[in-house]
Amino acid sequence: MRLNKSVVSWLYILPLVLVLVPFFVAPMLVVLVASVFNTDGFGGLIPTFTLDNYIGVLTSGLTFKLYFETIRFTALVWVFTLILGFLVAYFLVFHVRNQLLAIGLFLLCTVPFWTSNIIRMISWIPLLGKEGLINSALLKLGLIHEPLTFLLYSSFAVVVAYVHQLTIFMVVPIFNSMARIDKRVVEAAVDAGASRLDVMRLIVIPLSKSGVALGSIFVVAIVMGDFFVTKVMSGGGSASVVGAFYEDIGVLQYPTAAASAVILTAMLMLSVALILRTVDIRREITQ
Amino acid sequence: MTNQRGAIELAGLTKSYDGQTNVVQGVNLKIPNGAYCCFLGPSGCGKTTILRMIAGHEDPSDGEILIGGDNVVGLAPAERGTAMMFQSYALFPHLSVRDNIAFALRVRGQGKAERYRVADAMIEKVRLTELRDRLPGQLSGGQQQRVALARAAVTEPRVLLLDEPLSALDEQLRIQMRSELRRMQRELGVTFVHVTHSQLEAIALADMVVVMEKGRIKQAGPARDVYAAPRDRYVAEFLGGQNVFSGRVGAVEGDVIRLDSAELKSVIVPLGAAHVAAGDRIDVAVRRDDINLHRPGAPLAAGASSLASRVMGVEYQGNFVKVMLDAVAGDEFVVYVPERAFFEDPLSVGDVVMAAWAAERSRLLA
Repeated sequence: MRLNKSVVSWLYILPLVLVLVPFFVAPMLVVLVASVFNTDGFGGLIPTFTLDNYIGVLTSGLTFKLYFETIRFTALVWVFTLILGFLVAYFLVFHVRNQLLAIGLFLLCTVPFWTSNIIRMISWIPLLGKEGLINSALLKLGLIHEPLTFLLYSSFAVVVAYVHQLTIFMVVPIFNSMARIDKRVVEAAVDAGASRLDVMRLIVIPLSKSGVALGSIFVVAIVMGDFFVTKVMSGGGSASVVGAFYEDIGVLQYPTAAASAVILTAMLMLSVALILRTVDIRREITQ
Repeated sequence: MTNQRGAIELAGLTKSYDGQTNVVQGVNLKIPNGAYCCFLGPSGCGKTTILRMIAGHEDPSDGEILIGGDNVVGLAPAERGTAMMFQSYALFPHLSVRDNIAFALRVRGQGKAERYRVADAMIEKVRLTELRDRLPGQLSGGQQQRVALARAAVTEPRVLLLDEPLSALDEQLRIQMRSELRRMQRELGVTFVHVTHSQLEAIALADMVVVMEKGRIKQAGPARDVYAAPRDRYVAEFLGGQNVFSGRVGAVEGDVIRLDSAELKSVIVPLGAAHVAAGDRIDVAVRRDDINLHRPGAPLAAGASSLASRVMGVEYQGNFVKVMLDAVAGDEFVVYVPERAFFEDPLSVGDVVMAAWAAERSRLLA
């Protein structure tokens, strides 16, 4: 039996459609619809079409404060994961001569990910706390006389926890794009008289750009879409966009929460689009 | 002395990666300034390692490398005045043709206008002006090769090192690019050192052919000398075009050797300067195009060497015909018969023939 060509192509993408429609498209539609409904104040939704929810969110000064806070964390985490991820990948690809050792070290990077996010985050508390390891060590050494309070339940702690969780998301794609740099290309640059810095600046960084872009998408999307780490590690001192609409849900304000979620999704899509403008990911993946 | 700036001298050059086996074993060689020198050998013979040591991408375990009379061991590649063209080119994939070629000038701190001026002149030389804004991925193999050559030549090095520069091209393009390389070498007037495993490439291009085996030089000299007068069996077989067979010396009669075996009884080999005694095992080479084929019973020239044999195969090659014989047991024996001569009296498989050559055309190998 010969199938129509377009039927065949639909069959190819069917599995993906079966996953994406119920788990991505449908929830998005529900949220989108809920965002223009009214609420009766007790969790019930009144089907109407109103933009009041959006107007409410967008005219609130709190929203901008929350976005500022979230973007600040995102930017800090992005910078630190990028620096760490780039250096780790660079070391693994260019300085570990033995390929087997490189792969072994690479796997070692993933060891912390064998435990859950929450446990990894919570395990910072005994380390950074007032009577934690760092403070007691510094006190014993006589370097400080009072425990450092900025270590835990602070922005510092939030950034530390995020960087710890997310650096691997930078390492993997950057490692991947660096591993594909032909070693002879680097040698050719050295042959032409390039210094180490020139090789880094003119060869390695431009050729790792797509890995950096992919890693940045992971990190930005995760930090902007998360509230738990901010909540726990800041001890409630810092809020986040997602945290705010989580609280809306807690008080049954579903339409407002939905409107905030739609706005955040739009913001995220905008950031991803901006990142993708800098590199041609499609070419990178299919190469 | 200025005209000696591109002369290369290798003295006792040795390289070992593991401290036990030497990839390059005490190589001594002088390459004159402005020569086109080809290192020829099978893969793993150490030729690329020598090239990389001259370039400064490997350090010798022992020995010296002199360029223009100065020992360059320990210097960075750019300080040696050498430039290397890499196997499969290693072009910078994210830079345009122009930026690829201008790269070396850029890292030497030249301004944009100045380096583009120099690069554009070089682009013109390799005839890529229309393509200068393309990325390497958008070029054909031959165009990439020219970019690689231009990129290496742009700093006006005194020595240009080429690692299998033609191996990534298909046959037709290879022959075309071969003459382009030679043209560039003449135009630039610098020393070219070219590594290849193709004897055709080496003898077509080189002023000086260096044949290598297992980290040692087997023979070095002008292409014609190496091809026509190979020193030993290895060189003769590697360069091809020769029939090589072994035999035992029966007797030395004045300046010729008679061989001692039934099948080789009418082969006479000039002794030359060699010293052999009856009973020694020797290798003899005869060029495949120096041999004539005769039907049995036809008269042979006086003093000719001859072998009786049977035709095993015939291969038409266009300008000549390759006839394979079973003349000597264990060794290949091939005769190149000019096309016209062959078809005056075509041979077919199974025919009995006499392969004959003037005795002075055969060579005793070391």
